[in-house]
Amino acid sequence: MTDAVVVESVPDLDERPIRPSRLLFSTAWRQHRTKIGLGITLLIVGIAVIGQLYTPYPPDQGVENLFPFAQPSSDAWLGTDALGRDVLSRFLAGGVSVLVLAGLSTAIGMVLGVAVGLTAAYSRGKLDDVLMRSMDVLLSLPQIVFALVLAATVGPELWLLVLAVGLTTMPRAARVTRGASVEVVEKDFVRAAEAIGLPRRRILFSEVLPNITSPLIVETSLRMTFNVAVVAGLSFLGFGLQPPAADWGLMINENRNGLTIQPWPVLLPVLAIALLTIGTSLVGDGISRAAIGIERGRSASE
Amino acid sequence: MTGFIIRRLLLGLVTLWITSLIIFAATQALPGDAARSILGRSATPESLAALRQQLGLDKSVFTQYWEWISGVLTGDMGASLVNSLPVTEVLSDRLVYSLFLMLLAAAISVPLGIYLGAASARRRDSAFDQTTSVATLGLAALPEFVVGITLVVVFATNVFTWLPGVAVTEPGVGPWHYPKQLILPVAVLVIAVVPYTARIMRASTVEILESDFVEMARLKGLPEQRVLWRHAVPNALAPTFQVTALNLAYLAGGIVVVEAVFNYPGVGLLLVDSVRSRDMPVVQAIALLIAALYVVLNLLADVATILVSPRLRTSLE
Repeated sequence: MTDAVVVESVPDLDERPIRPSRLLFSTAWRQHRTKIGLGITLLIVGIAVIGQLYTPYPPDQGVENLFPFAQPSSDAWLGTDALGRDVLSRFLAGGVSVLVLAGLSTAIGMVLGVAVGLTAAYSRGKLDDVLMRSMDVLLSLPQIVFALVLAATVGPELWLLVLAVGLTTMPRAARVTRGASVEVVEKDFVRAAEAIGLPRRRILFSEVLPNITSPLIVETSLRMTFNVAVVAGLSFLGFGLQPPAADWGLMINENRNGLTIQPWPVLLPVLAIALLTIGTSLVGDGISRAAIGIERGRSASE
Repeated sequence: MTGFIIRRLLLGLVTLWITSLIIFAATQALPGDAARSILGRSATPESLAALRQQLGLDKSVFTQYWEWISGVLTGDMGASLVNSLPVTEVLSDRLVYSLFLMLLAAAISVPLGIYLGAASARRRDSAFDQTTSVATLGLAALPEFVVGITLVVVFATNVFTWLPGVAVTEPGVGPWHYPKQLILPVAVLVIAVVPYTARIMRASTVEILESDFVEMARLKGLPEQRVLWRHAVPNALAPTFQVTALNLAYLAGGIVVVEAVFNYPGVGLLLVDSVRSRDMPVVQAIALLIAALYVVLNLLADVATILVSPRLRTSLE
C-alpha cells in the first residue's frame, strides 16, 4: 500500500505521537475518494450557504403571473412548484436547514457519546457495564422511529428533532469511543498522569482523547452522513420544518404529486441530498482507509 | 449452548422492558400534555378532562405504565384514539403487509450481499471488486426516500412507466396479490441492506482467505472455487449475520420512509399517520413492536452465528 511510505517517516510511535490528526489528514488527502468527496460536499454546502443570499424570488411567495407547476421559462428558470413559487429560489434557500439540523444533532450526539464512552472505558467495572448496557438499549429503536415517538407527544418542533437525532447518535458514538480508548487507558502515560494526581476529567480529555482522534473523526463523518438522511427523511415525512418554509425534504414531499408534469422541484433536492450523503461518506471512507493504513504501518514498525 | 441462548434471551427481554419504559417516559416526561396537544389550544376544560380520563392521564404515572404494560402482555394494547378500534386489530392487517415486504427484501438481499462480498474477496482488487466497493459505498450512504423517489422517477413516472409508483390496495387482500406494486418498495429495501452485507462479507472473507486452514485446503490441491465456498465462506458468515441482523432491524426505520414514499399500507405508514394525529396508543404499540423486532433479530443472529461456526458450536455444547 502507498500509505506505508508516509508511515516510515513517523518517529517511534510507542509513546504519544505528535499531532496524530495531522498525519491522518495528510494520509487521507492522498486518497482520490477523499478529494472527490470533499469536493462534492463543499459544492453542496456552498450552494446551501451562499445560494440563500441570491434567490431570484422570495422563496416563500408565489411568482406573479405564473401558475402552479409552470414549466421552466425565462421568468422562472426551473419553473414553479405546487403553490406557484419559484423552484430555483426554494432550492437555493432550502439547504441550510438540513445542514444546520444534521450538523447540530451530530455535534450533540458526538459530544455526549464521547463523554459516555470515555467514562465507561476509564472507570471499568459496574459503571462501564451500566453505561454501555443503557447505550445498547437506546440502539433498539431506529433513529427515525425514536424521533417519531417524540414528535407524537410534542409535535414537530425543531429543537425536539435535534434532540432526538442527537440522543440516538450518542450510543453509536459511545461504542466507538469506548472501543478505541479501552487500550489507551492502560498505557503508561495515563498511569503517569494518575501518579502525579491529575484530576480524572483532565486525564480523560487531555491524555486519552487526543489518542483516539482518528476513530472519532471517522465516526463523526459517518454519523453526519446518516444524520443528514434522518433529518431530511423526517422533514420529507412532514416532521421537520413546517410550510411555508423552504427545505429540501419538505420540497420533495410537497411536489411529489406533480412529478410527471414538473419534476424539477423534486429532482433538485433529491439530487442535492444524494450528493451530500455520498460526499460525506466518501470523505469518511478516505479518512478511515488512511487510519487503517497508519495503524498497519505502526504495528509493522514495532 | 442452551445456557448461552437463555442468557441472550434474558438480556433481550431486559432490553425490551427498558425500551418500554423509554417509550412510555417519552410520552410522559416531555412538556405539554397529550390531551391538550390532541385537542389543540381552543379545547374546553370539560373536553380536556374527558379526554384525560379516557387516556388515563388522571391516574398516577406508575398506574398508567402498569396498565399499559400489563395490557401489552395480555395482548390488549388499548384502543386507537382516532377510530376507537382495538390497537391489535388496527395493527394486524398492516403487520402482514410490512412483514411480507421485509421478508421479501431479506430473502433477496442477504444471499445477494453474501455472494457479492465473497466474489469481491476472491477477486480482490480486480475491476469487479473496485466497482462493487465504490457502488456499495455510495448506495449505503443514500437515504431510503432518495432511492425510492429516484426509482419512481426512472421506472414509474418520468423515464419509463413500467411499474406502479404508488401502491393501490383493498383492505383484506394480501400484498402478494399485487406483485407489480411490490417491486419498487422491495428494491429500495434491497438497495439499503445489500451494501452492508456485501462489505462485511468481503472483509471477513478476505481475512479468512489469508488464514492457515485455507492455505492448507489449497495445498491439498482443492480447486479455488471449492476452497472459497466450502472452506472460507462458512467461516466468514458469522460476522456477516451479526451485521445483517442489525441492518434488518434498522430496516424497520427504512420501512417507515419507504411505505410513505409508495403509500404502502403497512405498519410504517400507520406510524407516520398516527404520529400526525397524535394517536398515542398506536404509536406506543408500533414503537414497542419495532424494538421487539430488533431483539428477536439479534437473538436469531446469535443462534445463526453459533450454528455456522464449528468452533463455537462445539465449545458451547
